[in-house]
Amino acid sequence: MNAGLSTLRTIAIGGAAGDGIREAGVNFSEFLSEIGFRTFSSFDYPSLIRGGHNYARITYGEDIVRADYRELDVLIAVNDDSVRKHLDELNENALVFVETTYAPNVGAISAQLIPLPMKQIAEEVGAPQVARTSSSLGAYGYVLGIPLDRLKEIAHTVFANVGSDINVQLVERGYRHVEELGLQQQPITLPNHGRTGGEVMDGNKAIAKGLLAAGLEAYVGYPMTPSTSTLQFLARAGKERGLKVIHPEDEIAVLNMAIGMAYAGKRAAVGTANGGVALMQETISMAGVSEVPCVILESMRMGPATGVATHTSQGDLLFTINVAHGEFPRFVVAPGDVEECFECAADAMNMAWKYQIPAIILSDKQLSESYMSVEIDEDSKGPDLGKRAEAPGSEYKRYAITDDGISPLAFPGTPEAVVKATSYEHIEEGDATEDPIIVKAQQDKRFRKLEGLYADFAWFPTVKTYGDLDADVAIIFWGSTKGAVLEAHKQLKTPAKLVQVLWMEPFDADRVKAELAGMRVVIDVEANHTAQLAALIRQKTSIEIHNKVLKYDAQPFTPTELAREINAFL
Amino acid sequence: MALNLATDNKITWCPGCPNSQILVAFRQAVTEMVDTKELEIHNLVAGAGVGCHGKISDYLRVNTFNGLHGRIIPVLTGVKVANPKLTVVGFSGDGDSFSEGLSHVCHAAQRNSDISIFLHNNQTFALTTGQATTTSPVGFKGGTTPYGSVDEPWSPTLMMLASGATFVARTFASNIQMTKEVMQEAMRHKGFAFVDIIQPCITFFDTREFYTKRVKDLPKTYKPDDLNAAFAIAREPLDKKVHVGILYRTDKPSFEEKIA
Repeated sequence: MNAGLSTLRTIAIGGAAGDGIREAGVNFSEFLSEIGFRTFSSFDYPSLIRGGHNYARITYGEDIVRADYRELDVLIAVNDDSVRKHLDELNENALVFVETTYAPNVGAISAQLIPLPMKQIAEEVGAPQVARTSSSLGAYGYVLGIPLDRLKEIAHTVFANVGSDINVQLVERGYRHVEELGLQQQPITLPNHGRTGGEVMDGNKAIAKGLLAAGLEAYVGYPMTPSTSTLQFLARAGKERGLKVIHPEDEIAVLNMAIGMAYAGKRAAVGTANGGVALMQETISMAGVSEVPCVILESMRMGPATGVATHTSQGDLLFTINVAHGEFPRFVVAPGDVEECFECAADAMNMAWKYQIPAIILSDKQLSESYMSVEIDEDSKGPDLGKRAEAPGSEYKRYAITDDGISPLAFPGTPEAVVKATSYEHIEEGDATEDPIIVKAQQDKRFRKLEGLYADFAWFPTVKTYGDLDADVAIIFWGSTKGAVLEAHKQLKTPAKLVQVLWMEPFDADRVKAELAGMRVVIDVEANHTAQLAALIRQKTSIEIHNKVLKYDAQPFTPTELAREINAFL
Repeated sequence: MALNLATDNKITWCPGCPNSQILVAFRQAVTEMVDTKELEIHNLVAGAGVGCHGKISDYLRVNTFNGLHGRIIPVLTGVKVANPKLTVVGFSGDGDSFSEGLSHVCHAAQRNSDISIFLHNNQTFALTTGQATTTSPVGFKGGTTPYGSVDEPWSPTLMMLASGATFVARTFASNIQMTKEVMQEAMRHKGFAFVDIIQPCITFFDTREFYTKRVKDLPKTYKPDDLNAAFAIAREPLDKKVHVGILYRTDKPSFEEKIA
């Protein structure tokens, strides 16, 4: 079960906020992906603009990598603090590149120290200091035994969007510096499959791409970590596609605006963190009763309240599936990796329009802001426009009672038709009512949509399984935890089936029950305090899961640590 | 075929409520604009929030969106962004947009969203049986202020001028003719148009006599292109005289044009 583990390598780049650490992590990932490796990288940063400790961590290998490891083979330290913070994570024979200025400070505590004058090289080349880690890319390229010409070629590709010339110079200077030091090379077998490892993409960008594939026409958002990068990506990329991207006064305006757009026929989505969804609740409820399609990206961070603002959590599963007052059907899907972010975002948009319901894509900081080498087929998803009224005229009724609960859509601007939407309970025409018979009939109509969603269980990956499918041990999990669980599986004592739940609402109880039936041991893994998936499973299936691995320190699971905790139950 | 803007819904405002006058003014405004082919009725969207004013959407056979308390304005900006061909108006109340949803009306004015907001300003929360709003005068006695409210009232027109609205007007509901004409001008205006409609609540805060005595047309010489003059009108204390008419109008690119 250790196959592949020994070929994985992990690099961390540490520095202060403002040192370009995230960019360095992406550059390393793109560099390795360009060579043909698969990468996974995460970025850890405090909620501040300058100072503090930031680090990016990249694990790479020939096969798909689903989580970054805590154990480091290489540390690139822009300051001495970074060496101290990561000292106990260094593998034997790990290489530590440290900014020359700080090398004397840390010489005593680190044996494999390589002084690298990143600051000075940047000054000499005339590069901004925020780019100075690029020289460490050259230094590491030397270690891997990549010829300088090839390295420069790769660097041109990696830095194509940010001014490659100066960065290529930094790469070359870093290479030559360690060459002159006489550093011993550790050539590794480079992938020879003739492809790149894929595009280095984070979950938030994949969600944006999924929404676009499903016909996104407008995106509204108010910045809130960890959802902001979707808003910023679309604000930039949307222009040429004619996408309307708006950042209004607050989250309440955000969702109301998107609902106005959808009422007028535009496929709109919004994005925020869990705290923003809390503010949106009343409006989500309005989407429920007014049956205006609405799509919400919710990326969780550690709460309660402002909480640990830039760190991860899975603390809002039950909040999200129960979000907003009143009863109405909704769709909540929790992707577990970057590719699923693309697929689930497209599915959420389509479910919102097919059923005229709120659809929530439930992500978290670890998924939204971690990068993975992926190959996404953007044509694999397309828009489902939903049921449209045929030749709507003066008889059109926005809330017509139908067998499947779906009232055909028409939009304002349609000659003869009067299109009324409302937050009140209503008659078929859309005007308010308190008539008990109609109140019940409209509730029943809306809830008939669930029958359609239940039928969709057959066509969508509501639950996925991995690992040893014949095993009598099952590990059940959801969301970003997937990465660490699938990596940890390589280090488990006994065979185990890995069960990922993606559709949270509606919940495919029969499938979950079937996957857990006959298991000798079931272990629930979640990044929260109250084992919310386990609670949901108990509610929906009556299955009680006794073994739980829970993490609620705002840090993501890492594979080796998680394997140790799971092994304790085996 | 004659345009019928009425629905079958029974009107549940108090008999004699000036809301009905606002309803009549709007129906007349729209009918005239449709008759002159200035407006196609299917391209009209009328939004409303929650409060007595909000019932108006049930009495209009046009495209309507009856939103949440205080939140109709961003919905309407969304509608206009999605389909700029639509003429978008919104009914709101002093509780709806100057208590609960204040930020939205200010920001819609700031961005000059091409929508018209008609404020049913009755200076009380009426549907919840009479409490003070942010436009109620000091000393207002209501369910939550049995000994009189202590807050200085806000002037909606003043706040809209300060927020950047490009069309600001005030009318008195009982003057249906003027309200109709100002509504039409508001709908013709490109950008954010705001009409403060004085609408006495005959049940919880009957100000009919108070305003009838004080309401006065703007002087014939008044020019609505002067922001300072508009501020001066909007600052006038309501207990002396209350000028009605178009206080301010200027031409600026709308939000929807700017993001097109």
